[in-house]
Amino acid sequence: MERADREGRGLSDLRDLIDASCPGAVVDEIESHGELTIEIARERLLEVARFLAAPPAAFRLLSDVACADFPDEPGRFRLAYQLYSLDSGARVRLRVWAGADDPEVDSVVPVWPTANWHEREVYDLMGVRFRGHPDLARIAMPDDWEGHPLRKDYPLGGEEVTFTDAV
Amino acid sequence: MPSDEAGVGGGFPIASEARGVLEAARREGRALTETERAIAQIEAFTPEEAEARIRMAEAPPEDPGIRRPMVINLGPQHPSTHGVLRLITELDGEVILDIHPIVGYLHTGIEKQCENKTYWQAVTLVTRMDYLSPYFNTLAYCLAVERLLDLEIPDRAKFLRVIMCEVNRIASHLVWLGTSGLELGAISAFFYTYRERDKALDLGEMISGERMNTRYFQVGGCAQDMPDGFEGELRRFIGEMPSRIDEYEQLLSNNQIWLDRTRGVGILPVDELIGLGVTGPALRAAGVAHDLRKAAPYSGYEHFDFDVPVATDGDVYARYTVRIREMRESVRIIEQALDGIPEGRHIADDRKVVLPPREELAVSMEALIHHFKLVTEGFHVPAGEVYAAVESPRGEMGCYVVSDGGPKPYRCHMRDPSFVNLQALRPMAKGSYLADLIAMIGSMDNVMGGVDR
Repeated sequence: MERADREGRGLSDLRDLIDASCPGAVVDEIESHGELTIEIARERLLEVARFLAAPPAAFRLLSDVACADFPDEPGRFRLAYQLYSLDSGARVRLRVWAGADDPEVDSVVPVWPTANWHEREVYDLMGVRFRGHPDLARIAMPDDWEGHPLRKDYPLGGEEVTFTDAV
Repeated sequence: MPSDEAGVGGGFPIASEARGVLEAARREGRALTETERAIAQIEAFTPEEAEARIRMAEAPPEDPGIRRPMVINLGPQHPSTHGVLRLITELDGEVILDIHPIVGYLHTGIEKQCENKTYWQAVTLVTRMDYLSPYFNTLAYCLAVERLLDLEIPDRAKFLRVIMCEVNRIASHLVWLGTSGLELGAISAFFYTYRERDKALDLGEMISGERMNTRYFQVGGCAQDMPDGFEGELRRFIGEMPSRIDEYEQLLSNNQIWLDRTRGVGILPVDELIGLGVTGPALRAAGVAHDLRKAAPYSGYEHFDFDVPVATDGDVYARYTVRIREMRESVRIIEQALDGIPEGRHIADDRKVVLPPREELAVSMEALIHHFKLVTEGFHVPAGEVYAAVESPRGEMGCYVVSDGGPKPYRCHMRDPSFVNLQALRPMAKGSYLADLIAMIGSMDNVMGGVDR
């Protein structure tokens, strides 16, 4: 009970912080399995990222950027940014829906340079574009690959075997 | 030499690659990106501009005395790039002007395949990503799934996991030490380290049946308890390890060539390292005592008394000393885990998730039904998302699992430390000598299987 209280206060603290300096940016806040997820409006992502990376929140380390495809949702591509604070050891996950048609969000490379390859990977495998990314090339698939393999409508198995012409 | 049929580029293999990137850019109606310009060797932003440049370049250069950077393609098959890492390197004499890392040669779509396997089958896939630290891959994945399931793990299983992770950390550091030495000419280090590494793999074989890519960690615990004779072998291993580490240090720590090649090489400011997401020994060598085993203990690491080795110089030599001391700490952890391992089960007793014991199948109908359900359909995981992270030999190994309530992961993404740390190579290498680049690649200890997944 005491633990839940402490976590409860911790959550609203961070949300209050964001609300105070970026009003209206937080769309939703979810706490489950001891992990905090804060959903951010798509167009406010860069602003919130700038705020969270600097003191007082000081999430200096961006651990990971991942994307999941939900074809039936209006936003379709759900991005998850895992932030970590080296000072307090706190973790928080930012959630942004990239949009079904022409999925695009702001790149957070100006805030966390590590996002460079993460965003390239998301672009390559999911087809989400990042506005202002310095080098949005494919990273895992061949440069001239068509399509984005981790989308749910991309077939698994049954596709032609690549590089068979190279033997 | 005549150029290829499309008239793009000046020779093999750049020509076909240049055509590929131009085609991709034209199809998507966008400019060439930085990496694509490096691949195609064209300083142009649109496909049309690029083709004009190529036509110009095919005419003989007007001034033979013009000073141009030399471009060397290092890899993807090169003995000192630790796997299939390709670096397009621009040189002015011996000084590196810029490098463009090209990865993806080992991309096998493991994350996509996980979506088509049940949760327990996916363990077999994730263990194959970073092939030098299979226990850490599977631990991150299992911790994530267990958190989604709200599954309690027996203490004995946690201790077994700690033991095998630390054995794996030693084995992984030994590969790093041997190959890094090999690349810088210290060939004997390789033979010494691989001798002990083989013993570590033997231990894995004893406990799991496989030397590499084991699936010893299961959702719920470990596949089996320690077999007879395992504890004795492990005690012998950790008993001799400290003196073996002394041997490696005698070979290298005061070796003048090793010192000259590693000291003052590959330094980046701490802020830049953190900005680039670098974790693990490379960050600790720059003075940041960040270790997830201490910062966010998992699997019972809070019960063990060990230090987090830190150095301040941030160069290749500092990374060497940090990893050497980490192996000593791993020995300490294994010792404590063996001494304090509690009695109990090696895996959770939850028949909805964990297979029943083999011997029960012949006598218990319920066991047979549970077994059948688990193997054919798998277990259902409540909807949600979690991110679980462990401290692998290379840094933060994270696993992000999204569940839709079904028996297969809706999305399984791995945050591999090699993938992230490799980004630091470019700022590190700019302005240094080509020969030092090899020392830097080795010191970052990237495993390409983990980078490409």
